[in-house]
Amino acid sequence: MDFLRPASWEEALAAKAEHPAAVPIAGGTDVMVEINFDHRRPEHLMDLNRIGDLEEWEVGEDSVRLGASVPYSRIMEHLRTELPGLALAAHTVASPQIRNRGGVGGNLGTSSPAGDAHPALLAAGAEVEAESVRGSRRIPIDAFYTGVKRNALAPDELIRAVHIEKAGGPQQYSKVGTRNAMVIAVCAFGLALHPETRTVRTGIGSAAPTPVRARTAEEFLEAALEEGGFWDNGKIITPSLAGRFADLCAAACSPIDDVRGTAGYRRHAVGVMARRTLTWTWESYRGARRTTEGAA
Amino acid sequence: MRIDFTVNGRPQEADDVWEGESLLYVLRERLGLPGSKNACEQGECGSCTVRLDGVPVCACLVAAGQVQGRDVVTVEGLADFARQRSGGSPEVTGTGSRTGEGGALAPIQQAFLDAGAVQCGFCTPGLLVAADEMLERNPDPTDADIREALSGNLCRCTGYEKIMDAVRLAAARQSEEG
Repeated sequence: MDFLRPASWEEALAAKAEHPAAVPIAGGTDVMVEINFDHRRPEHLMDLNRIGDLEEWEVGEDSVRLGASVPYSRIMEHLRTELPGLALAAHTVASPQIRNRGGVGGNLGTSSPAGDAHPALLAAGAEVEAESVRGSRRIPIDAFYTGVKRNALAPDELIRAVHIEKAGGPQQYSKVGTRNAMVIAVCAFGLALHPETRTVRTGIGSAAPTPVRARTAEEFLEAALEEGGFWDNGKIITPSLAGRFADLCAAACSPIDDVRGTAGYRRHAVGVMARRTLTWTWESYRGARRTTEGAA
Repeated sequence: MRIDFTVNGRPQEADDVWEGESLLYVLRERLGLPGSKNACEQGECGSCTVRLDGVPVCACLVAAGQVQGRDVVTVEGLADFARQRSGGSPEVTGTGSRTGEGGALAPIQQAFLDAGAVQCGFCTPGLLVAADEMLERNPDPTDADIREALSGNLCRCTGYEKIMDAVRLAAARQSEEG
């Protein structure tokens, strides 16, 4: 095994072009476990910790450019306003020790359906900035996950950053597990309301071969909110509407039975989380509306 | 490969390190610092918690090559580290990085002893490093803060209540002194 220590992003791209099978390592959450347990023996391990840019973020007008290695602990601390869904998801990642090193780039690189960041990224709307010596491109998050632990990256590409839309409305994140810390999600759910476009987006984790959106549920909810004038009148979401949304979210899953839970349990739990997060986000939207109107 | 880094304030070098080796292995097997415990090797138990450039991390999830030129504090150096933080000078006795032997204890270590927070002792080093860092950051923690800060450290003797007592005790003593 060779240990590559690129001192700059350009050096890292050159090394990845020369050794496309090189395994990048930053926080080590996934990679070191595989090596410790002898599940993986890459010929080249490439340390990204020396590239300081990867741990930086920029808040733009419409989106946040989040460096691939920004630790989850910093996301929780500094980006709660701009990226509330991701900040909530970050808080559910493993433990303080892991959150101090792990970042979204690793979650994306591994592309496990159970990665905690995925539902939040899907719900918020995001693009993955991938780069190789051939050039840079942005992969829409909806096109990024291609299979179990597979993604749209080419062998010579590295993830440099993720561009995540700044929240224009309330976002929520929910995760089911046996305890609060150190849990791989049995299943997880992210929801973002986008009042400016009058749309809603969802993200489901650990309940299908890849992280997925519940598109039929989103379309149903958007139509129902529009039809009832909910965005303008700020009415309470009726139980039947929330129930239908929950059923459609559960129907978007294609889970399996495994050690963490059964397929039936996952489908049920996704429905419960969908209903709850819808209630939480909608109440928050109504609350914000009342404050604005009160001030006017 | 060869790794040069600082452990508990002293420069260290490790030779013939295998490229897939963890920081934990280097500490325990090459530098003779067995205080950081090796249990799960997957970041699950927190027994190998050390400070890497000041930040608590699981040493089993850090590749040895990643610590080149960086600064590590282990439980063996915790007493010295705490003494320097409160303005004292580092202890001159002790050899290599094996500080702490026979020397004074860090306040968090003393609190663990006084509160009876040590049973089999296996999880203790990781808990000490994690708790010490929390008290440095947050001198007046709520119970929720303590639980959160220690949520990555498992104790299978289930001595959590005494551990909570110990951290509360250390916090109280710290605020009395401060």
